[in-house]
Amino acid sequence: MLAYIARRIIYVVPIVISVALVCFLLVHITPGDPLVAVLPADASQELAAQLRAAYGFDRPLPVQFGLWLLRALHGDLGNSIATGRPVLAEVMRAVGNTVTLAIAAAIIGFTMGILLGLIAGYFRETWIDKVATSFAIAGVSVPHYWLGMLLVIIFSVQLNWLPAVGAGPSGSNSWAWDWAHLKYLVLPAITTSVIPMGIVTRTVRALTGDILSQDFVEALRAKGLHERGVFRHVIKNAAPTALAVMGLQLGYMLGGSILIETVFSWPGSGFLLNSAIFQRDLPLLQGTILILALFFVVLNLLVDIAQAAIDPRIKRG
Amino acid sequence: MSELPLSATADAALQAAPATKARGYWATVGRRIMRDKVSMACALVLLLIFLSAILAPWLGLEDPYKGSMIRRLRHIGTVGYPLGTDELGRDMLARLIYGGRLSLVIGILPVILAFCIGTSLGIIAGYVGGKLNTAIMRTVDVFYAFPSVLLAIAISGALGAGVLNSIVSLTVVFVPQITRVAESVTTGVRNMDFVEAARASGAGPFTIMRVHILGNVLGAIFVYATSLISVSMILAAGLSFLGLGTKPPEPEWGLMLNTLRTAIYVNPWVAALPGAMIFAVSICFNLLSDGLRSAMDIRN
Repeated sequence: MLAYIARRIIYVVPIVISVALVCFLLVHITPGDPLVAVLPADASQELAAQLRAAYGFDRPLPVQFGLWLLRALHGDLGNSIATGRPVLAEVMRAVGNTVTLAIAAAIIGFTMGILLGLIAGYFRETWIDKVATSFAIAGVSVPHYWLGMLLVIIFSVQLNWLPAVGAGPSGSNSWAWDWAHLKYLVLPAITTSVIPMGIVTRTVRALTGDILSQDFVEALRAKGLHERGVFRHVIKNAAPTALAVMGLQLGYMLGGSILIETVFSWPGSGFLLNSAIFQRDLPLLQGTILILALFFVVLNLLVDIAQAAIDPRIKRG
Repeated sequence: MSELPLSATADAALQAAPATKARGYWATVGRRIMRDKVSMACALVLLLIFLSAILAPWLGLEDPYKGSMIRRLRHIGTVGYPLGTDELGRDMLARLIYGGRLSLVIGILPVILAFCIGTSLGIIAGYVGGKLNTAIMRTVDVFYAFPSVLLAIAISGALGAGVLNSIVSLTVVFVPQITRVAESVTTGVRNMDFVEAARASGAGPFTIMRVHILGNVLGAIFVYATSLISVSMILAAGLSFLGLGTKPPEPEWGLMLNTLRTAIYVNPWVAALPGAMIFAVSICFNLLSDGLRSAMDIRN
């Protein structure tokens, strides 16, 4: 097991470096001068050159990348052009809110997905299966930012039950697990949960169907095992694949939250990314994407290891 | 046939067998999907949306750009404005139909482009193998290290707002996914006997890839690509929704959803209409893709 973990970690190193390279290059595919955001419109040539040297934009690209990577390894992702504060601190503060949202959404989406998937797979080709499958297809096809708007229209505008935007009552500047804060989480979390719900339902349904049609299930039933016992075997066999899919979905929720965070003004990493884009704050843009991508890489690594831990066949492969 | 000592049922089976065989794979797939009610309903809805978008200027609609300050945010069902008016008093029906033109292009074009690029890369990687395979597939792995929404927004955000930029960024998102599928099906076909036979009879690598491999892998890649259209529609409209796509006053579903966001307190259901269009197209493509997949799975 340890050897497998070591192998997987070594495999991640080149990926991390390439991810950093992509993030670094993002800024350099940008049309226009990255200094535009900080320079006053009437800045002199000397001032521009001075700032360019200060940000290191005057050196050759590979040198810039090397220096940037070295600083990034020490946790220095530069300062935000818009606010002047360190990028890493800004991103980490926002990521906390995104993680809260993703976990809440994962609890809703995965529970619903596993339940619907098991039921649909068990009652395959019946009306129950059709209903569950329709839910799943609607879940993966709905533009989630639109669903967010619909929920706001119904629960905030029409019924006035839940707040439409924000992450806590005014005056509160940090998250807390009380109802005053939680009611801000309900709509964004439900909105975020529909895609994972749909995908997990489809995965679990397919897995359940496949496992139930295998010979060993027939044998178990022939030996007189009750349906609950059969179900336990189904869950055991479906777990590794289902877990991998859920891990990936959690990663997508963390990295792909920008649209939902924009709809609900949820102060997470996606919201930060949005403001970085529109203020042309390139260090912040670069840093946020790097951190989110690294989260995703680490999460994938953890999922692989967890999968290997519960499914001994993987380690040998 | 009559001189063969066959029973009546076997005789019937014998006559039926060549008949189905003669129809060919794609004809069978076509016949199967025609019988699938859900797929046909989706195809019909999509056809209507496409046709109305193409024929928009000849449908006798209101001018989608012409607004009026005195008839802003009319409700659905107002006389003369069947789907109401938007925040600048423009006819929603006209804007939704005209909006389909750009929305469908930016949603579908990236998948078509990625299908061409990804299929070529994947077949080359899968057939040639060796160092070239490693180079292509490890590059693909790097893109897999980004959640697709994040990658699309990162590229789009760095390139800046614009229709072309959002098409480019979505193409970059889908190329690695299609390449991976194309490579894996090509690797499966590469060592089959008929490829070996083609090579033995002197066919060059390009001919083998084009004639022998392509025909056998295209179906699988195509089905996969159709399943991406739904995601692409949602993402493309999402980029416009964020302000990274087209600019006002251009009618486009994602952008319309964004500019109507402030109207949800006044006239919520009109504000929700553009999203319903995205949803309709997206779900129809998803169901159609599912139908195609099961129609192509002849074994069942």
